[in-house]
Amino acid sequence: MSRSIVPGTLARLPWGMLALITAICGFGLLVLYSAANANVRPWAFSQGWHFLLFLCGAIWLSRFREEEIKSVALPIYVILVLLLIGVEALGAVGGGSRRWLDLKIIRLQPSELMKPGIVLALAWFYDLLPVGETRRWSAIWPAAVLIGVPFALVMVQPDLGTALMIAFGGLAVVFLAGVPLRLFAGGLLAVAGLTPIALHMMHDYQRRRIEIFLNPESDPLGSGYHIIQSKIAIGSGGIAGKGFLAGTQSHLDYLPEGHTDFVFATMAEEWGLIGGIGIIIAYLFVIRWGMLVAGRAKTRFGRLAAAGLSTTIFLYVAINLAMVMGLAPVVGIPLPLVSFGGSAMMTVLICLGVLMAIDRQHHRGG
Amino acid sequence: MHILGRGRIITEQALAYSFTRRAIVLGAVQLGIGGLLAGRMAWLAIAQKDKYDRLAESNRVQSRLIPPRRGWIVDRNGLPIAINRTNFRIDLIPDRLQDPDRIIDELRALLDLPPEEIARIKEALDRSPGYQPVPVAEDVPYERFAAISVRQPDLPGVAPTSGYARAYPAGAAVGHLVGYVGPATIEDYQRTRDPLLIAPGFKVGKEGIEKIMEPWLRGHPGARRTEVTAHGKLVAELTTRPEEMGHTLKLTIDAPLQEYAARRLGPNSGSAVVIDTVHGGILAMASMPAYDPASFADGISRSEYAMLSADDHTPLQNKVVQALYPPGSTVKPMVALALLQAGVDPRERVSCSGVYRVGNGLFHCWRHRGHGPVDMHRAIQQSCDIYFWSMGRRLGIDRLAPMARALGLGQRFDLPLTGQRSGLVPDSAWKLARYKHPWTQADTVNSAIGQGYFLVKPLELAVMASRIASGRALQPRLIANRRYGPQGGGLGISDEQLAIIHAAMRDVINSGGAGTAGSARLPVAGVEMAGKTGSAQVRRITMADRAAGRTNTELSPWRYRDHAHFIGFAPFDQPRYAIAVSLEHGAHGAAAAQVARDIMTFLYAPDRAQTTLAALEQGWGGDIRARMAETAQRWRDAHDSSPTPAQEQAEPADGGGEQAD
Repeated sequence: MSRSIVPGTLARLPWGMLALITAICGFGLLVLYSAANANVRPWAFSQGWHFLLFLCGAIWLSRFREEEIKSVALPIYVILVLLLIGVEALGAVGGGSRRWLDLKIIRLQPSELMKPGIVLALAWFYDLLPVGETRRWSAIWPAAVLIGVPFALVMVQPDLGTALMIAFGGLAVVFLAGVPLRLFAGGLLAVAGLTPIALHMMHDYQRRRIEIFLNPESDPLGSGYHIIQSKIAIGSGGIAGKGFLAGTQSHLDYLPEGHTDFVFATMAEEWGLIGGIGIIIAYLFVIRWGMLVAGRAKTRFGRLAAAGLSTTIFLYVAINLAMVMGLAPVVGIPLPLVSFGGSAMMTVLICLGVLMAIDRQHHRGG
Repeated sequence: MHILGRGRIITEQALAYSFTRRAIVLGAVQLGIGGLLAGRMAWLAIAQKDKYDRLAESNRVQSRLIPPRRGWIVDRNGLPIAINRTNFRIDLIPDRLQDPDRIIDELRALLDLPPEEIARIKEALDRSPGYQPVPVAEDVPYERFAAISVRQPDLPGVAPTSGYARAYPAGAAVGHLVGYVGPATIEDYQRTRDPLLIAPGFKVGKEGIEKIMEPWLRGHPGARRTEVTAHGKLVAELTTRPEEMGHTLKLTIDAPLQEYAARRLGPNSGSAVVIDTVHGGILAMASMPAYDPASFADGISRSEYAMLSADDHTPLQNKVVQALYPPGSTVKPMVALALLQAGVDPRERVSCSGVYRVGNGLFHCWRHRGHGPVDMHRAIQQSCDIYFWSMGRRLGIDRLAPMARALGLGQRFDLPLTGQRSGLVPDSAWKLARYKHPWTQADTVNSAIGQGYFLVKPLELAVMASRIASGRALQPRLIANRRYGPQGGGLGISDEQLAIIHAAMRDVINSGGAGTAGSARLPVAGVEMAGKTGSAQVRRITMADRAAGRTNTELSPWRYRDHAHFIGFAPFDQPRYAIAVSLEHGAHGAAAAQVARDIMTFLYAPDRAQTTLAALEQGWGGDIRARMAETAQRWRDAHDSSPTPAQEQAEPADGGGEQAD
């Protein structure tokens, strides 16, 4: 009876997952409200609208068929690569580093969209690859090119965090595609061999970040300040936190970037270990949902794309949390849905939209 | 390529199976990393919570010391000598400073700082160890102070403080008496790690009473705990513990007398000490010229210090305890006491012809024509040298020296003063030890009139005057604590012996011009002063000088003139006050006697003494403050054009003309 009242497309949406991300974002809005000293402006209000907007976008994406998505995977990838080159060229002309194209309506950050873009392109590639070729070089080198080009373009922007996310996201797909572990390990060794060259090409500030990550106390007032203050916020929050609106590190401005990259520290200070573990578990459930979608998918493209996109969401959360807790260098990866800012939220909801599309096709739509 | 794919047939089925396995591995890795992150967070929030609580707390709460107000220094009647006045000041804390050039530039504009101050601040910043505040400006007008206070969040490292500064109402007149305060040294802080020492505006005693009585005067700091943002903006006051002011220090000094004595010394380089002959309290202790102790409080400018160092009137020296002079004829009453103790009949006469022979040497009495036959009374009254030469030889130095020491010469006194030196009372054992030569008759002759090896500091002369006046072993004191009262054991001198000396000393002044200091007679009915002058040679009078009639040094260049001393007490019949005045190169003891007369007059008839002083100061070009300002102005005019430090130090401040003979 009740089924007939609700339109079929709506009924088939994964409401549990949607409720979960809405809860995460809602909790994020509370944190942003507190970070702005009990104000919905300038962050919470606009973040809420962005979420609603991108959520609608994700639901709209979920209506596409898998074949349609697969057919645009490569063109989108190519366009994003061209845009990355365009950003680089504009940066070279304008002077200094650039990460975005100003399209007047929105600031388009091609490297951000490349995170799901690389996953879809690789899924498309392995879907196309004849099954027998999987254990051959022809399964590796095109993938290496597909990953290497955007990786290199983002590295020179320079944006170490995003470049690493593109690489890890891509490698996860290569791994899942069934490439022999020996080959895979050989590829990783080659990357390891290239690391010194990469280090050499890194900017001073990036090298310094890694150095400070290894020993934050070496520069307590400079770059190490972020990590030290973030750990103070998390540690002093304790188990139950200092209470909503009662965080001192964030309210007295000791915690830098407390509404963007370090929003988790702002949250942990007021909500404590309970809030932090809650958010981690919520994310794990979202990612688990994505991995289950991958497991249910019947096509090779669907499996690889779903698992890769889930991994992309995982990478956001894991890199951000590791950075905030002093386990990774400060690389500028936000906590999706919670950190203020539209880009990461848009990327994650694109991932979820595509996941919903795949899910609809293989699970409910059959 | 074969090597890799050798012989294995890959099916869609196998690939799907491989995907599932690998997806499980990937999921497990993700779960593992999630667990690791949760564990890391638990480690931070549970195991290390205390540590991070402390760090968060020390971020949030800023504890600020409230430096204690320094105890007052007051005179015997409670009149203020050193007090505190409210003061708005600006300091820089180098450790918190960001972009020093911009901040100094803004401060220059906000405070209207002159370029030489900017140079001083930059130099101090370079030398500062970071935690030590660098003073920018003191006594900032409230409007400017407020302007900087509200902008403080934009000016990291700038510390506006409203506190207290030491003030000395009498200025230079008490400079050498109290010493001065200044910022603690870096070494002090490194030794004690007392945060009070680096609190902006906090001062410690650096010299004199301010230094020695530091523990009594300092007090205990209070604390103000405030909640501040990362940018130093104050959010809330948490708790405040008030400071405890230091104790008040009561001196035996009589502040008006001290100021009068300092002023009466005028442009002389000299000192005056007045001692209460009942309690032994020092009522006045002036050394002039002096520095204004307030100008040292915030670090004296290099130019001002150079000026003070270069002055041949040594304004940086506390002459009362740091200068040593031959006492000259002021020792004659003391020598006479030693003679009486040795059994010499005071009526015994010595014939003074003006010249006295010792071996091959000829000694000339100051009165070339001679005094004729003189007994002890006349010898003191007219300061006959030949009487004391002759009697001194009979007595011998080793019976003279103990009396000198008993009356306070060559002694150190237990007083809260820095840099106290001891005079020298020579005797035969000393000379043998010091010069490996036996004592000679000529040495005795010189010592008997306070010349030769004899050296005293002005305080010793004052103590000698107080002991001759009272007949008791008075110890000089400066601090009027609970134990302060009449004091002094006997000296083994009988009242009769004392009366002989007192009568002779009275007639030095009060015998209608027959004595050497008739001009020192007190203009106060019923109060007579007794005393003795002394003129100590700075340069030996040669035969050539004598032939040319240059035995009177009043017309010589300033630095070759005799030192002028006077010791005395009043009232003659019931001594209450003892005085000693020393004027460097004052030419003749009578000059010192006149200064002593006016200071003593001030104790009985202050109005009369003030009238005398007012007339004198007109001739000198104003009071101490006015004259110091003028000297400083002349110094600046002479040095502004060529302000290299080497030159500043090489040239004397003034008196250049005087030295050209």
